[in-house]
Amino acid sequence: MIVETGHFALALALALSLVQTAMPIWAARSGDPTLRQATFQAALGAFACVLFAFAALTWAHVTSDFSVQNVVENSHTQKPLIYKISGVWGNHEGSMLLWVLILTLFGACVAAARNSVPPRLRANTLGVQGLVSFVFLLFIITTSNPFTRVVPAPLEGRDLNPLLQDPGLAIHPPLLYLGYVGFSISFAFAAAALIEGRIDAVWARAVRPWTLSAWCFLTLGIAMGSYWAYYELGWGGWWFWDPVENASLMPWIAGTALLHSTVVMEKRDALKVWTVLLAILTFSLSLVGTFIVRSGVLTSVHSFATDPTRGVFILGILVLFIGGSLALFAWRAPLLRQGGLFAPISREGSLVLNNLFLVAACATVFVGTLYPLLLEMLTGDKITVGPPFFNSTFVPLAIPLLLIVPFGQALAWKRGDLHAATQRLFFALALALAAGLTVLAFHSGGPWMAPVGIGLGAYLIIGSVLEIVGRARGYGARRTRAAGEIARRAIGLPRSAWGTAFAHAGVGVVVIGIAAQGWAGEGLASLNPGGTLTVGPYVATLDSVAPRKGPNYEEAGAFLTIRNREGDEIGKVETGRRFYPSRQMTVTESGLLTIGASQVYASLGEVGKDGAIGLRLYYKPLVLLIWLGAVVMALGGGLSLTDRRMRVGAPAKAKGRALPASAVPAE
Amino acid sequence: MTRKKRRLILIAACGSVLALAVGLILFAMSGSIVFFKSPSEIEAQAIPSGTRLRLGGLVQDGSLKRGPDQTIDFAVTDHGATIAVQYKGLLPDLFREGQGVVAEGVLEPGNRFRADTVLAKHDESYMPREVADALKKQGRWQEGGPQGGPQGQAPAASASAGGTLGPRSER
Repeated sequence: MIVETGHFALALALALSLVQTAMPIWAARSGDPTLRQATFQAALGAFACVLFAFAALTWAHVTSDFSVQNVVENSHTQKPLIYKISGVWGNHEGSMLLWVLILTLFGACVAAARNSVPPRLRANTLGVQGLVSFVFLLFIITTSNPFTRVVPAPLEGRDLNPLLQDPGLAIHPPLLYLGYVGFSISFAFAAAALIEGRIDAVWARAVRPWTLSAWCFLTLGIAMGSYWAYYELGWGGWWFWDPVENASLMPWIAGTALLHSTVVMEKRDALKVWTVLLAILTFSLSLVGTFIVRSGVLTSVHSFATDPTRGVFILGILVLFIGGSLALFAWRAPLLRQGGLFAPISREGSLVLNNLFLVAACATVFVGTLYPLLLEMLTGDKITVGPPFFNSTFVPLAIPLLLIVPFGQALAWKRGDLHAATQRLFFALALALAAGLTVLAFHSGGPWMAPVGIGLGAYLIIGSVLEIVGRARGYGARRTRAAGEIARRAIGLPRSAWGTAFAHAGVGVVVIGIAAQGWAGEGLASLNPGGTLTVGPYVATLDSVAPRKGPNYEEAGAFLTIRNREGDEIGKVETGRRFYPSRQMTVTESGLLTIGASQVYASLGEVGKDGAIGLRLYYKPLVLLIWLGAVVMALGGGLSLTDRRMRVGAPAKAKGRALPASAVPAE
Repeated sequence: MTRKKRRLILIAACGSVLALAVGLILFAMSGSIVFFKSPSEIEAQAIPSGTRLRLGGLVQDGSLKRGPDQTIDFAVTDHGATIAVQYKGLLPDLFREGQGVVAEGVLEPGNRFRADTVLAKHDESYMPREVADALKKQGRWQEGGPQGGPQGQAPAASASAGGTLGPRSER
């Protein structure tokens, strides 16, 4: 019964999202603004309905209702409760439902956020967003219905893919979708601006919190996914440049660019048309990502062949929204009042450079991801574009981008002074160079890029610290040397200044973590109990191999002791191979020993008849910094979100920093 | 600075970054892409040894031999031709004789293949796409047959999982 009600709620949500789309149009036609109120109610109602449907599906999973196809295919009575819940979105239908749940959640948030945005802009935004919900709900109901029943109901389910039975899966998709789908709001705002033919700093201020929160979630989601792949797939890589990962990276890069260009628009009333285009492109890339992951075009062309409706439907959605929004852009963008041009050497100039490099980097990822698909379609040749391609395109574009980050911070709005900025950054540059050289002196063995990366990361972190210190100390007449005054001013700095500093420093931390992988070590051996394997500065001894039993699997576990080269014990690691009888599938559970920010990573291979095991061991110096840095970045974003200007949606009064909405262009 | 000059600088900056990106892409495309070949294609086409390839097919029954120190020999076949593969490392969890596999590595003289990466499927009902296509060419694949039905089996959560081929082993 609950299952049918859930199905019905989905249909109701479909109808409500149609109302959500139609009402702003009707309001504009009839000139009756009260009709817009219905849009807000419809958005809230659609969210409530989808939430109910999602709860109904979760109920079916938790109670192991095997009369539902989706539960049969992805659940098992023996499965732990947390995986029964996370299994709801561990499959195609459920994850699409989660997608729409988050989509309507954002719609409901916009509808509920009453104070900040002009009602007309808000209603039009919700209208566009309602159309997105409508189309995706239609997709779920017609091609991917999670509530399909099975008659007769089997006694036991097929269980969830063991690779997905992991706490990482419980968190990763919701975070990622909050990011992916959050950009739909920026997109809807852009489309609404185009429809109104009007865009200004108020628009920029309205859209920025949404972009920023989506960006934070996407950052965390990508980091979580990367860590999950790192420990679950058992070979110690943290990023594979694989199409499914690139699908989430592309909207992230475009979203980062959007975040920066929105700042320029808010402060300087420039880059308007570009910002609108970026907002459209960012969500378009989210849709492309959904297409890549969900249509099955990558995993297998057969999913197209056996169930062409799904792939074709998503392709249709792509064409509708990307084509539609770009057509709208081409038609309406010339009507938007252009912002002013500005001096190349200025904060906004450096932000333009930031956007250029980010978009170029995004384009290389796009080409590398989609070119193999295109080539196969055209010529039938199957190629793989792997890490070497991305390393030689993405990295050279990322390095100049990172170099200009502190420079942009050091330049003033309108007219910057490059010489003064260089002087201010001299300290950071010198320290970074020293850091790189020191590292080189101690570890000369690794690749030449590694010390460069360490220096670059140090430069970013020091640059962020200097920015805060510099601003707290003040310039010109306000300059002070008293430590107490500096501390007081530092605390009084706008939260967004702190957020920026944190986010940029977080990038530096990630860069250091990545660079340190240049000194990673690995070893491979067949070991009998008592045998040892050396990797990097550590020696692992195999203590024993023993079988164990879990709730829905059997496991062969290998127990290792890690010692340093001097023979002192550092810690113990266990790694295992789990066999899941319900899926006849074996999964390697890697073992991790964290030493500071570094890790020793053990992965168990075949257990031979003579009791010898295959063991692969990695030493990953400072590897945790990669994900901790991402957390710091997201923290910075969150800090910015709490900034007063974000909440009030009006320029700050007292500080006199933010320019008024009617900021005059530079000329 | 005149308006015209500013616009010029902006256009120049856009142009040079764009040119840099295009240059990098073209440069990387020429050097770092890897072609997928089936054993029959390797037999038929004279591919110079030393070429980096992806070899895909089925692991021939009875061909798996484990040597000392995790050295592994097996043969990949598409029922038209067979290529011997040598690999040092841990095999992925779902590597089995008679099952689909993709190996990436270098072709050596005498059409032997030295793999540094071996990828197997990540789910029992899923066949690597390239392998399925290659077998189809040899007429050994039935649509919707016992090995078929891969749809909907992608690791759903997966926006950044192992992607196309799930678990892998790398040397």
